[in-house]
Amino acid sequence: MNNKTKLLECKAVSLGYDSRTIIENLNFCVCEGDYLCIVGENGSGKSTLMRTVLGLQPPLSGEISYLGGLKKNEIGYLPQQTPVQKDFPAQVREIVLSGCQGRCGFRPFYNKKEKTLAAESMERMGITHLSKRCYRELSGGQQQRVLLARALCATGKILLLDEPVAGLDPKVTADMYEMINSLNKKDGITVIMISHDLQSALSYATHILHIGKNIMFGSKEEYLSSDLGKTFTLGLGGEQ
Amino acid sequence: MVSQWLDKLHDYLQFPFVRYALIVGMLIALCSSLLGVTLVLKRFSFIGDGLSHVAFGAMAIAAVLKITNNMPFILIVTVICAVLLLRTGQNTKLKGDAAVALISVSALAVGYLVMNMFDTGSSNVSGDVCTTLFGSTSIMTLSVSEVWLCVGLSAVVCAVFVLFYNKIFAVTFDESFAKATGTRADLYNLIVAVTVAVIIVLAMNLVGSLLISALVIFPALSAMRVFKSFRSVTVCSAVFSVICTVLGLMISVIAGTPIGSTIVAIDLLGFIIFCIIDFIGGRIRK
Repeated sequence: MNNKTKLLECKAVSLGYDSRTIIENLNFCVCEGDYLCIVGENGSGKSTLMRTVLGLQPPLSGEISYLGGLKKNEIGYLPQQTPVQKDFPAQVREIVLSGCQGRCGFRPFYNKKEKTLAAESMERMGITHLSKRCYRELSGGQQQRVLLARALCATGKILLLDEPVAGLDPKVTADMYEMINSLNKKDGITVIMISHDLQSALSYATHILHIGKNIMFGSKEEYLSSDLGKTFTLGLGGEQ
Repeated sequence: MVSQWLDKLHDYLQFPFVRYALIVGMLIALCSSLLGVTLVLKRFSFIGDGLSHVAFGAMAIAAVLKITNNMPFILIVTVICAVLLLRTGQNTKLKGDAAVALISVSALAVGYLVMNMFDTGSSNVSGDVCTTLFGSTSIMTLSVSEVWLCVGLSAVVCAVFVLFYNKIFAVTFDESFAKATGTRADLYNLIVAVTVAVIIVLAMNLVGSLLISALVIFPALSAMRVFKSFRSVTVCSAVFSVICTVLGLMISVIAGTPIGSTIVAIDLLGFIIFCIIDFIGGRIRK
């Protein structure tokens, strides 16, 4: 654990909108190759935390730092779908390629390397056959794969996923988790994921961050043996 | 019958002001349709209407202040409003559509009020207002310098659009992702806002305030019915817009109908045709 490189560190961070504080004094760090699941009830600030980590909104106080040479344009993000995207006329290929935008800087067009990268990402997600299809005509699971392929274009190091399986059926959900797991284990990509689905979170994650009234951060084992973890996982029965 | 029309058209094309109108019309149609796709997708379909009202208000104030060359003044005011509107897009207390409605109605009211209170003696206030709102004949009275100004600004707008095409796509499709992965989304939003304002001030000459929305939304909506990729939608809406505008202008010249409303009527017709194509296409695929 100690010899791994830290990628992300949050020190004494408080989060919220305007003057309303949602979370206070949050401390955690993420190392290379970790699989961190952020769990907690609705409205506990999971998405706000992720948006703050991504720099989309400033923390009220405290410090969030990228370490180990991680740059702002080396982060992959899978946001929740917005209403705009539901009827957006765009080819799968165009969307995946737009993940390379962060690498472009002020260069107006994509170069060959970025086009190859987009093709590889689509191959990895198994959506190459869909590349000419229109995004709005795809199923929910296929759309998530497209957005994941786009996130892979933006990063080779760290992925932040905001409820990647929301609204998907059980079979597709399982596939999605497998895919994310293989990116983490095989390709060594660090994963930070928000999840409502505690059972899957516990079966794949290496670390858990529980936020809400009580905050707890630790490895999966520590979480399961803590009082908070015990209460929260009670409903799942003896499966773990 | 048709040859008679063609003769008449040929006669009219001898006049330089008709040729100017055609050139300027095509350029404005092209520019407004390019950004129309982005605006419609960002749920800012009504921004054309809103900003043109702002431009109208600015024009009224310029008239009262007796600013003779009112173009720069109108442009600056409109740009500021466009930036304010498009910046506040998401996560604000005042949502996009409400903000557009608010600014548009206020600008219209203030403009009309100012015009009435400080009636400059040109007597026919309601006539002036009508002309400003519906465009009527001002496109037929363009001077050579105005045509060149229009050509120059259109060239800049097109160049900006082509150079920032990929960035505009990324920011329109998913602003959060673009920002999170290191794209300067705010900067590109600003560029879009300024370009939109420039186009609207330009387009006021052609169809007048009230009908600018049509030039922004019809081409984009029509193209989105039939085409599936962002690039084909953009290209198609540009072609659609130019063809409809040229047709509308020619018809209004020959038949003597009001220019703005004729163009919009042709746009509407084009939209209906595209809907039918989409419907039939859907049937065939099934």
